[in-house]
Amino acid sequence: MPEPSPEPRLISEDYDCGGNTVEKKLALQMRGITKRFGSVLANDHVDLEVYQGEILAILGENGCGKTTLMNMIAGIYFPDEGQILIDGKEVVIRSPKDAFDHKIGMVHQHFKLVDLFTAAENVVLGTKSDGKYNLRAVNAEVNQIADRYGFRLDPAKKIYDMSVSEKQTVEIIKVLYRGADILILDEPTAVLTPQEITRLFDVLRRMRTDGKSIIIITHKLNEVMEVSDRVAILRRGQHIATVKTAETNESDLTTMMVGRRIDLNIHRSKPVNAVPRLIVEKLNLYNEEGIHVLKDITFTANGGEILGIAGIAGSGQRELLESISGLQPVASGKITFNNPKKDRPVSFFHKSMKQVRALADQGAFHDRNMNDVNFRGMRSKAVRKMVKDGDVLFREDEVMNLRDKDPLEIRRLGIHLSFVPEDRLGMGLVGSMNITDNMMLRSYRKGPAGFLNRKKPKAQAEQIIRELEIVTPGVGTPVRRLSGGNVQKVLVGREIAYMPKVLMAAYPVRGLDIGSSYTIYNLLNRQKENGVAVIYVGEDLDVLLELCDRIMVMNGGAVTGIVDARTTTKEEIGLLMVKTDERKEAGDA
Amino acid sequence: MSKANENGVREPLIHLSKRDSIHPGKAWAIRLIAVALGLVVCGLVAFLLIERLQQKPERIGDFYYAFIKGAFGTSRKFWKFLKNVSILLCISLALTPAFRMRFWNIGGEGQTLIGVLACIGVDFYWGDKLPEPLLLVLMFLAALTAGALWGTIPAICKAKWGTNETLFTLMMNYVATFLVSFFLMIWVTSGSGVLPQMKTGKLPTLGGNNYLLIILIVLALTIAMYVYLKYSKHGYEISVVGESVRTAQYVGINEKKVIIRTMILSGALCGLAGYLIGAGLDLSVSADSVGGQGFTAIMVSWLGKFNPLAMILTSGLIQVLNQGAAQISQDFDVPGALPNVIVGIILFFIIGSEFFINYQVHFRKAKETVK
Repeated sequence: MPEPSPEPRLISEDYDCGGNTVEKKLALQMRGITKRFGSVLANDHVDLEVYQGEILAILGENGCGKTTLMNMIAGIYFPDEGQILIDGKEVVIRSPKDAFDHKIGMVHQHFKLVDLFTAAENVVLGTKSDGKYNLRAVNAEVNQIADRYGFRLDPAKKIYDMSVSEKQTVEIIKVLYRGADILILDEPTAVLTPQEITRLFDVLRRMRTDGKSIIIITHKLNEVMEVSDRVAILRRGQHIATVKTAETNESDLTTMMVGRRIDLNIHRSKPVNAVPRLIVEKLNLYNEEGIHVLKDITFTANGGEILGIAGIAGSGQRELLESISGLQPVASGKITFNNPKKDRPVSFFHKSMKQVRALADQGAFHDRNMNDVNFRGMRSKAVRKMVKDGDVLFREDEVMNLRDKDPLEIRRLGIHLSFVPEDRLGMGLVGSMNITDNMMLRSYRKGPAGFLNRKKPKAQAEQIIRELEIVTPGVGTPVRRLSGGNVQKVLVGREIAYMPKVLMAAYPVRGLDIGSSYTIYNLLNRQKENGVAVIYVGEDLDVLLELCDRIMVMNGGAVTGIVDARTTTKEEIGLLMVKTDERKEAGDA
Repeated sequence: MSKANENGVREPLIHLSKRDSIHPGKAWAIRLIAVALGLVVCGLVAFLLIERLQQKPERIGDFYYAFIKGAFGTSRKFWKFLKNVSILLCISLALTPAFRMRFWNIGGEGQTLIGVLACIGVDFYWGDKLPEPLLLVLMFLAALTAGALWGTIPAICKAKWGTNETLFTLMMNYVATFLVSFFLMIWVTSGSGVLPQMKTGKLPTLGGNNYLLIILIVLALTIAMYVYLKYSKHGYEISVVGESVRTAQYVGINEKKVIIRTMILSGALCGLAGYLIGAGLDLSVSADSVGGQGFTAIMVSWLGKFNPLAMILTSGLIQVLNQGAAQISQDFDVPGALPNVIVGIILFFIIGSEFFINYQVHFRKAKETVK
């Protein structure tokens, strides 16, 4: 662990790829930077050095203070303590403008672009104050920057016509146009396909050669190993160490990042008697603006299997899960659920006497001796008794239609469908409510009319806190106060407590630390082993490949392929992620 | 660091940061400091504007004492204080379920006024034809129905077409006011525009006290509302819809139904306040029957953090200020507008204190000398 030196070192000895000694000048230095939010210590006396012509990766789990630290260099936050030195001189960065004056530029995770403007217009926006722009000159300059570093960009293209990766390119060029020598990229790969990541890294390497300092914030180890020269590891707001990438490995980095050794393997079992559970056929959906967001989606999710869904963010994953769970009215297609009822007793829990009699007339039931059950001529009282005694059993699995049913209707049919939405606090949970009240979101209607019974939800909350090791002062804490990982455990815990037959999870580990992520993977695996049909929408292809049994790839609202996760490769999935069906495109136009 | 300062590098003088959480004791301390500061500023403003105070500066004590005297000075003032608090609290309680649902019902004024109008209307037409108990029940039902109607119209439009409830409920206030003027023209044949007090349809008195029944009704309503919001399934649904409509949809709550149902309740309770004003106090109606309390109630509910029990305190505080203002105007012989300025200053400080509860202010630290 390099000790922070009392004097700023301006020159460091380093080696280039050929093993020759090269001298690198110190570009930026942070000394004793501390930032508090209320009682939370986001950065605790962090020391950091960045040299010219290097790629420095800032590695750490979510909530370790990476972005906060960078926001202080970029002028978004102001440090409570500590100094920032540029070229050896102390500076004060009060605003993003100050940061630009010191040639520092940051590309945020959420792009800040004007949709209706072209790339060049966005690049030039806010740079001059006399109100005149020479767009032709700007276009030329943008092209020049793009050529220099190997970007592909049409300066005249409007933002709303752009893919996520193109938007990111605009953001980076915007920063370069303003003359930044120090570039900060906050999780730039989260939204890109493997091919786009490779291209981005090539660009970054060219910038390094050009003498720029690049800071890349990430929590993906393989990317750190691939692109960076040095890695600074943060944990709980503290700077743990800065190491040369060539002298470390993924396992050591994880240990430094998490603070303990952890097992990075997902134990995937072979699916045991996988049976079709959820069948989606030719599903079409138009959103509120009338855009065709799901195009002829057809797939089957099997019980006892994890079906992964891969794709660039916004390819229709969210809409698909929402339309299955009854939150979006679909235009056409079928959604069927095979209720595993074969040889199981029928009950009046979700069915009326009339429905039971109708099913009996269709010959749907048999008794314990496999004889047909017929209620004709029987009084309701006798039927009720027979059903209560468990003498009426289903002959086959029940085939139920899920289409055009809202979540409450689906629930009333007795279909155990769980859904972990990507927007945890905006959809899955109520942030201001405590854990108990969130537990009963799905079950509060039970019990006597009028008033709530918090006894059972409270017991359930306590159980989930215990079993999933949720860190919270108690069941009475509003979930908004919990960390991201704990919020997600509350949500997943509740959805699993519902004993689902189908469990759909959208980006369930987004923003979670490594330990919590593996807890979630294990929970999903256990559900799969219990025969649940698990649908997992993920963004990390490595995880999808390790966790899932099959992977369905989506692009632009259509399924571009369903592959076997055990035999496919990242490259194959990457190609499917950008594949377009030409026949379809022609048909739409 | 000191060296850098000589080079002209400066930290900003103040910067703000959002507090993660604050100890309730500290929050209350901030509020108390705010009230104290507000009173000091009030004193200064009073000194500048009130001539009598400039002539006799020693009367500044009387100035502050007026706030206590106005509400608690005599038994009569105290009962009046309790009555006023009750009416204000009743309207605030009515608005609270809507606010918890983030439905910004600022039509409390109109919903209450239409309640007064409906109950007095029943009294006007059937007062001499029906037995008193039946009349009172009819007046009660009319007031609640009218209030509920006034609350539900904006709710239905919001649920069906996504109209803006703030503007809609506000506009409904004007409709109510003009309806009152319209009926007064029909009812008052003398042309004075003042409807004389009804002889019938008066709420019974308890133990010879005109206000006790009203106070007890509102007290019971406060507890009922607290229980409704905290322990009932409806209250739970209101909280979920208020926090996130998407969460409500996700768990199968029909948010449109909840919006309409809650506004029926909110409007009906405003109607109840109208009934208490009409049948319990005024026995008449005018465009000024509610006197802006429908708007003051918004502040009561907000300051009480939408908690019915806390709203007892906030409505009491506002009423102390109002009656204190009246007392000042009387004691110092100044026009009524001036004391209202003073009330405004104190409220400004109280509301402003919320900023310091949510945010922390850091000042540039005094620099340490060269080591």
